[in-house]
Order: sequence, then C-alpha cells, then structure tokens
Amino acid sequence: MDVTAQETSTRTLSYSEAIREAMALAMEADPTVILMGEDIGVYGGAFQVTLDLVDRFGPDRVMDTPISELGGAGVAVGAALTGLKPIFEFQFSDFATLAMEQIVNQAAKLRYMLGGEASVPVVFRMPAGSGTGAAAQHSQSLEAWFGHVPGLKVIQPSTPEDAKGMLLAALADPDPVLVFEHKLLYKMKGEVPAGYYTTPIGKAAVRRAGSDLTIVAASIMVHRALEAAEQLAGEGVSAEVIDLRSIRPIDHETIVASVRKTGRLLIVYEGVKSYGIGAEISAMVAESDAFDFLDAPILRLGGAEAPIPYNPDLERAAVPQVDTILAAARRLARREV
Amino acid sequence: MSTTDNRPFAIRTYSPAQLKQALKRMYLVRRFEEGAEQSYMRGLIHGTMHLSIGQEASAVASCIELTDADKITSNHRGHGHCIAKGADVARMFAEFFGKETGYCHGRGGSMHIADVQTGNLGANGIVGGGLPIAVGAALSAKRLGRKDVTLCFFGDGANNEGAFHEALNMAAIWTLPVVFICENNKYGMSTSVERSTAVRRISERAAAYSMPGVTVDGNDFSAVAEAVHHAIARARAGEGPSLVENLTYRWRGHSKSDRNRYRTKEEIEAWMARDPIARFQAELIAHGVLDEAEAIAIAEAAVSDVEQGIEFARGSAAPAIGEVTRYVYAEA
Ligand SMILES: Cc1ncc(C[n+]2csc(CCOP(=O)(O)OP(=O)(O)O)c2C)c(N)n1
Ligand SMILES: [Mg+2]
Repeated sequence: MDVTAQETSTRTLSYSEAIREAMALAMEADPTVILMGEDIGVYGGAFQVTLDLVDRFGPDRVMDTPISELGGAGVAVGAALTGLKPIFEFQFSDFATLAMEQIVNQAAKLRYMLGGEASVPVVFRMPAGSGTGAAAQHSQSLEAWFGHVPGLKVIQPSTPEDAKGMLLAALADPDPVLVFEHKLLYKMKGEVPAGYYTTPIGKAAVRRAGSDLTIVAASIMVHRALEAAEQLAGEGVSAEVIDLRSIRPIDHETIVASVRKTGRLLIVYEGVKSYGIGAEISAMVAESDAFDFLDAPILRLGGAEAPIPYNPDLERAAVPQVDTILAAARRLARREV
Repeated sequence: MSTTDNRPFAIRTYSPAQLKQALKRMYLVRRFEEGAEQSYMRGLIHGTMHLSIGQEASAVASCIELTDADKITSNHRGHGHCIAKGADVARMFAEFFGKETGYCHGRGGSMHIADVQTGNLGANGIVGGGLPIAVGAALSAKRLGRKDVTLCFFGDGANNEGAFHEALNMAAIWTLPVVFICENNKYGMSTSVERSTAVRRISERAAAYSMPGVTVDGNDFSAVAEAVHHAIARARAGEGPSLVENLTYRWRGHSKSDRNRYRTKEEIEAWMARDPIARFQAELIAHGVLDEAEAIAIAEAAVSDVEQGIEFARGSAAPAIGEVTRYVYAEA
C-alpha cells in the first residue's frame, strides 16, 4: 500500500467533521489527550462537534462536566500542568467569561510566574459569533480579549482544512491555545487532507492575490471578503484577501508585505470594532515601513458598538456582511475615505 | 368540636378568583409555548427556545401570592415565569417575533424576556446568571425598607455554578428576603442530576448556607404553593432566605438541537401522565372551585389570548435597522 498517497489524499469534510477527525486522531495517537465540556458526551456537543466520540473513546476520555465553567476550565488547566492534554469545549465561547480567572490568571501565566518550570498544554475550543438568532449572551466574538493576554495563543481557522491542522498544531503546542470556531462555519464543507498534519499557528494565508488593496479578514469574514473580492474584480478592482488565521501570535510579515504592494488596507472582523484586532493590525502597519506605501487611510470594518441583537435584520446589520465589505472596499479603492 | 380543613393548601388559602387566574396562567404558558414552537417550525421566528411545557405548576404556584412590587429573576427556560408574574402574552410574542412592541423591543428574544413593570427582572442566557442578581434585588428591598421579596428561579444544572454558592451564602449572611426556587427537571441539557451533582437532593445544599431547604412535587400545584408560601413569609418577616426544590420535568427537548438521546421514551411518557395542569384542574373541580364548563371556558380563553397575541406580534413593526446601537446606554 502506498502510504504517502494515502496520507496526501483529501476528502470533502465539513468544518465540524474536520475538528472531530483531528480530535479522534489525537486521541488514538496519544492516551493523554482527553475531552472535557458540557454535554459533549451522549448529546454530542451543543453543535454536534464531538458527536459520537464518546462511543469511540468512552466517558472517561470524553467527559461531561457539570455546568461549572470556572471549575471545569481550571480542572483542565491543572490536568494539563500534570500530564494530561485536555481539550476543553466551552459550549459557547461567551461562557468563557465565567472562566476568565483560570484562563487569564492561571493558564496564561503559570509558565512565566514559575520561571519556565511549568507547562500548560491545554486547548480551549470556543464556538463563537453571531448569525444564529441567539442574541446578546450567545453570539459574541471575544477573541480580541484573549489576544491581549501574553501567554495565550489565539487562533481562528476559517476552513475545514485549517480547522483540523490548526487544532492538531494547538494540541502539539506546549502552551495554552484558544481556538475560536465560528458557529456558522460548522456546516461549511471543504477539502481536508487525510491523516495527521499540522497547520502552523502564527501564519496568515493569502487566499486571493491582488494588487489594488489588501483585505485582512478573520474567520467567517474571510469568506465574505472573498465574495466581495470576486465582485470587485468585475469592477476592475484587484483585492488581495489575507486570512489572518492567528491573532496571537500575529503574522506581521504577510500583512506588511501585502500592504507594501497594494498601498491600501481594509481590515474585516466580527468582534466589536473598537479596541479589536483591527486596531492592532492598523497600528502594526502604521508602525511599520509599510506606512510609507499607504495611498489611503486604513479602514476597519468590525462589529457594531452594541451587544448582538435578537431581531434578525438588526443582527445582520450588527456585523460586516458582503455588501458592507464591498462598499468599504470601493470607497477605499476610490480613496473616498 | 374542632374541624380540620383537609383540603389542599392552595384551595384553603387562596380565593376562587386567584385559583382561576392561576389555572388560566398555566394554560397560557402551555398554549404560548406551543404557539411559539409552531411559529418556529413555520419559519416565522428564528433562533432557539427552551420550552417549559410540563413545568407550569412550578412557575405559576410559586408566583401566586406575589404582587407587582415583588421581583423575580428567571432563567433561559423563562416563559412560564414571565406569564406567572403577569406578563402579557401579546408583548411576549412580539418579542419572539423581534418586534419593537416586544418587551425588549426586539433586542432580547426568548432568552431575555423581561417585564420590569411587573417585577420580572428577566430571563437569562447565562446559567446561574440570575442568582446573584436576585440577592441584589433582595438587598435593595432590605436597605430601602421595602417589604417586597424576590423569587429566584433556576434549574438543577445551575446549582453547580459558583454563582449559586456565592449567592446563597451572601443571602444568608445578610439575612435577605429572597427565595431560591430550583426547578429540578432531572437534567441540565443532557446531564442528569446524578451525574452532575454530589448531593441526592439539591435542597440539601441549603444546609451549607444555614437556610431551610425543602423538596416538593413540582407538578403538584398546592405542594409548590405551600412551600413557597412559607418561604415568602419567612423572607417578609426578615428571617432570611430559603431554598425550595420543585421536582418536575420538561416534556420537550432541551432546545431545538436536542436528539433526546439521554432519556427514554418511557420516562417522558411517565412524566406526561403527571400533567400538572390536568391535575390542578381536577383538584379545582373536585373541591368545587369551578365546574367542567368553567374550566373549558378558561382553557379556551387562553387559546384566544394566544391567537390574538400572535396576530398582534405579526402585525407589529420591526425595529429600525439604524437603531442597532439604541439602548446600549441611557438616552440623553
Ligand atoms: C454559563 C452557561 N453555561 C452553559 C450554558 C448552556 N446551557 C444553557 S441551558 C443549560 C442547561 C441548564 O440546565 P438547568 O439549569 O437544569 O435548566 P433546564 O434547562 O433543565 O431548565 C446549559 C448547559 C449557558 N447558557 N450558560
Ligand atoms: Mg434542569
């Protein structure tokens, strides 16, 4: 049997299937990998991501926790500190607010506070984002909060292939990693390589090459930006679309190189616009030598300065959509900003 | 010669008008949720919802002696609490439909329905989120010299959140007028109480915070009313908090995503046979509070309220798209 060919073959999987495959592969290869979370066993997870893993690996390795986010996350941290490799699923990333203490004060800082003597190889899975009609406490995009914390790594895979490869990279990483998974991506399908592979944390991906402007987008916004770029091409505007993939560490080089080439930068993300990843990226570019190449002010397109509303039309209006990205890109291309 | 009144607590304690209103509210809860469910299936509303069908006695009996000055905090399964506290189903439907006429002007939806005017401080999307808030409401009442009490509704799953333990402790050390009402429907989503909770009865937790704790049949209207009545009396007398555990069951899945893999059909059917509405109605008829015809009239009135509520909601205007950021802060 040709092992190489088998390993490089790809199949069409959904984003959630890709995540599940990564978890199963890791659990098969490494008995210290365990899953923890609320209703991840027989229920299969609120978004059916763990699905049947409890049938395959048993309830000792696919552990339903009580509804105790602070305690549960802390148990995962303590286990990671002492030999296990837990993947802790928050049912919604919003509920990580209940566990901030363990994530921010403990997981992020233990290695440093202990002078490098301790390691916390824990992975937190964070279903995030709006678009499901679940309103203000179940729809947030809090990734930038965690990006502010040295000691944490924060990633946002946007494709099934990356969802698998980046989760496996997160598991192989000796430090705590938070994986933000947009809920609307779970059903998205794409080509996913079979077998084990890792997609490096900290590397952005150029999803579409272009010369007139750079759109840096994160998570689901990558797909909206690509759709906008396709339409822009029809109007004679060539947009380069960069999939950020990783918030911390952030890929300075790829972004700066693109802006040097295009001279125009639009940043699109779902989190609240102010104090978000757009602020970080625009400051990063302003502080770099790409500054001299800018032909227009940098534009940020982020979530409204409001909680996510319930009404579906308001909800749509609260975060960037293809049409708002398009409008912003046109203004930027025509220097109407 | 002494005569003892052997009728159920609710029958001997509340007026026929109160009891009839309670029955009407139980029907309203059931028909409201069925209406919401159908509207969802027909694609008229989006999002998700948590139905309390089967738990109506717990909500309505707990609230039977509250006035608008009294407060409640509720949870994600909160439609019943809202109706029990006196909300108008038309405005609730309007909220479900995301309309400006809804209780939250279309911003909150099912999981955040509140009616501050009637003392409902709101449903909650965060399990355990309402517990400390209820303690704060009770602190206000005490400090401001008011006689109102706060009823705090939460599920069995919430008893494992830190907020539960912190809230009960503070309510106890400050002797606050709050009644913690745990609606134990056996599961927090798919996780049974046996698998999630170290004590057999959640009311046992009360001992750790030096307050009375009782467990009652949550599908028995009178049993719930009696337990909560005593807890409210204690709160109003300045003697502090209590914990009441109502054993009940949700007939529907946890939410729209539930495959019901963690419980059996037999279990669901056994609990459906213990319908709290049918039981209460039979009790009212048996004790002559109302007759069959009146009961039917009450049930029909609930149906028509719900139909009219849906009409009102469908006909109401949606919020203006430009007002996404309205209500984030106080308006100048
Ligand atoms: C802090 C938090 N964790 C998890 C959830 C997801 N969730 C919503 S309801 C629920 C189950 C709650 O169970 P219980 O308190 O028993 O109430 P029930 O649904 O049974 O009425 C869970 C896990 C949440 N909304 N908030
Ligand atoms: Mg429950």
